[in-house]
Amino acid sequence: MSLLELKNIYKIYGELHALDNVSMKVEKGEWVSIMGPSGSGKSTMMNIIGCMDKPSKGEVLLDGVDIAKESAKNLTTVRRDKIGLIFQQFHLVNYLTAVENVMLAQYYHSLPDEKEAMEALERVGLADRAKHLPSQLSGGEQQRVCVARALINYPEIILADEPTGNLDEANEEIVVDLFHKLHNEGTTLIVVTHDPEVAEVAQRTIVLRNGRVVKEVQNQNFTGKIHFDEEGTHVTKNDLKSEEEIQAEEHAHENQ
Amino acid sequence: MKKRQMYFRMITASLMRRRSRMLVALLSIAIGATVLSGLVTIYYDVPRQMGAQFRNYGANMIFTAAEDTFTLEDVHQGTALIASDQLVGVAPYRYENVRIHESPVVVAGTDMKGAQATSPYWHIEGEWPSEENQLLVGAGIAESYRLKIGETLEVSYTPAEAASGDETILDHIIDFEITGILDTGGSEEDYLYMSLSDLETLTEEAGTIDVAELSISAASEELSAYADRISSAVPSVNARLVKRVTASETTVLTKLQALVLLVTIVVLALTMICVATTMTAVVTERRKEIGLRKAIGASDTSIVKEFLGESMMLGGLGGILGSVLGFLFAQQVSIHVFSSSISFMPALVPITILVSVLVTGLSSLMPIRSATEVDPALVLKGE
Repeated sequence: MSLLELKNIYKIYGELHALDNVSMKVEKGEWVSIMGPSGSGKSTMMNIIGCMDKPSKGEVLLDGVDIAKESAKNLTTVRRDKIGLIFQQFHLVNYLTAVENVMLAQYYHSLPDEKEAMEALERVGLADRAKHLPSQLSGGEQQRVCVARALINYPEIILADEPTGNLDEANEEIVVDLFHKLHNEGTTLIVVTHDPEVAEVAQRTIVLRNGRVVKEVQNQNFTGKIHFDEEGTHVTKNDLKSEEEIQAEEHAHENQ
Repeated sequence: MKKRQMYFRMITASLMRRRSRMLVALLSIAIGATVLSGLVTIYYDVPRQMGAQFRNYGANMIFTAAEDTFTLEDVHQGTALIASDQLVGVAPYRYENVRIHESPVVVAGTDMKGAQATSPYWHIEGEWPSEENQLLVGAGIAESYRLKIGETLEVSYTPAEAASGDETILDHIIDFEITGILDTGGSEEDYLYMSLSDLETLTEEAGTIDVAELSISAASEELSAYADRISSAVPSVNARLVKRVTASETTVLTKLQALVLLVTIVVLALTMICVATTMTAVVTERRKEIGLRKAIGASDTSIVKEFLGESMMLGGLGGILGSVLGFLFAQQVSIHVFSSSISFMPALVPITILVSVLVTGLSSLMPIRSATEVDPALVLKGE
């Protein structure tokens, strides 16, 4: 049984089909990227997997339980117990220190444990910044606190929405390395991104366009690391295209 | 770490590390608590303050003879039943007919200090008598007989036996120095006033008391209770209230207290609106934080608990500040309006804090509840 299975998911807003008959599976311990341009439905998919939204139709099986049928209250419990969220905008509570932000997730889950929260910060290399407020941390550091917060309750899935979207290359690499470490430890990772370089470091990439799965690529030479060429530039080894390339293609297609 | 410890750590962090935001909310709560506690202090202090003011309008209780006569000793027995801090003054009066310039006039023997206390509105030109053989002359008499301050006035008293035809008994005559002229605009101007001891010397008899005037700083119910207690404890004395004074005192006090109460209620309502508006702003600007908390697994109840705890703690701080500032506010009002200081009411401190906590909690409940309805997915996307 797959850890997560989406069966014929639709999300319909009036005439708009944000998700249109999407099916996919994620196995335990797998690292999957969901990639697509703006408006492709990846955020809607992330909200549904993250128990923050429900599909209009279809089944979302998490550990064999259809969470699409759960009440909002039960979804909160599922989210708290089984999913660790990482956001593009970091979303840390600005008046709590790094360690307190990590403890916040423990507080809602079970019991806050400062020692354990410190260990989580140590894992992301921020033990010395534990007492700092988010405003005193760089973007990369904030995202690493976010990662520590997501993994503190040992969730079944870590769901990251554009985790490197607001980071420079150096910090992007640090965060991707962290994902690599988590993956090696057996954590299931689902990373939503529009960036092909970030998408292709996963084992598998699912490409969405206009609410449909248009491609599923098992990434060749999976290393869990960003590929660089000799000049230090990111390179993609799979047939994944950036948002700009997709738009250019579509534009050319319309003109023909 | 226990959950409760983390709960207080979060609340304290929110209050301490968001100081500038919280200061605005705290200020609005503290101002409300200040005005409330100040007004309540004034509300409870008004009877005392106004009671003192009303004592300027004269006696509010009089003793008369229950049967034939009563003595100074009876007056002392009666006044002993009144709390000393409430008794402003006692003026026993004994009236006798005397003659000056061969004409009959009425002299009132009294305790000069007591008369000053019970009749503070008396206007004296010159001075109150302070030694033996000194007297006050009513303005009416002074005008009729062209009497002046500092002059010596011969006062003669005809004993009852002489008045009934016994020619062997002579009139008692004593010279008195006029120290002052009494101007009240009332019937008091037609009397002479001397000390009781001087009158006893003049009449050569320790006479009885005709009437005693008392000025007591108390509300009308308490006055009635005193009157009943004195009348039953001292049978020779009939104690009764000066209705004209006590009734108007009660009316004014009731109206004044009603006014202060009304203002207090209006201020309470305005404070609630003000605090609710402030808390709405505080909660609204934290929608994203609420969305985040929900996203990482907070239930609506725990969000309500956290924000309510925060606002109630703010209410408590505002209450403490309001208690102190409220007393200072009431003190200033009292000094400027009643020209006297106000006494600190310790019982009002916990009440102010409790009311402040409740008002802030209640005012915050609605914005907090509506804030829990935020959709974490939308808020976190910045929509």
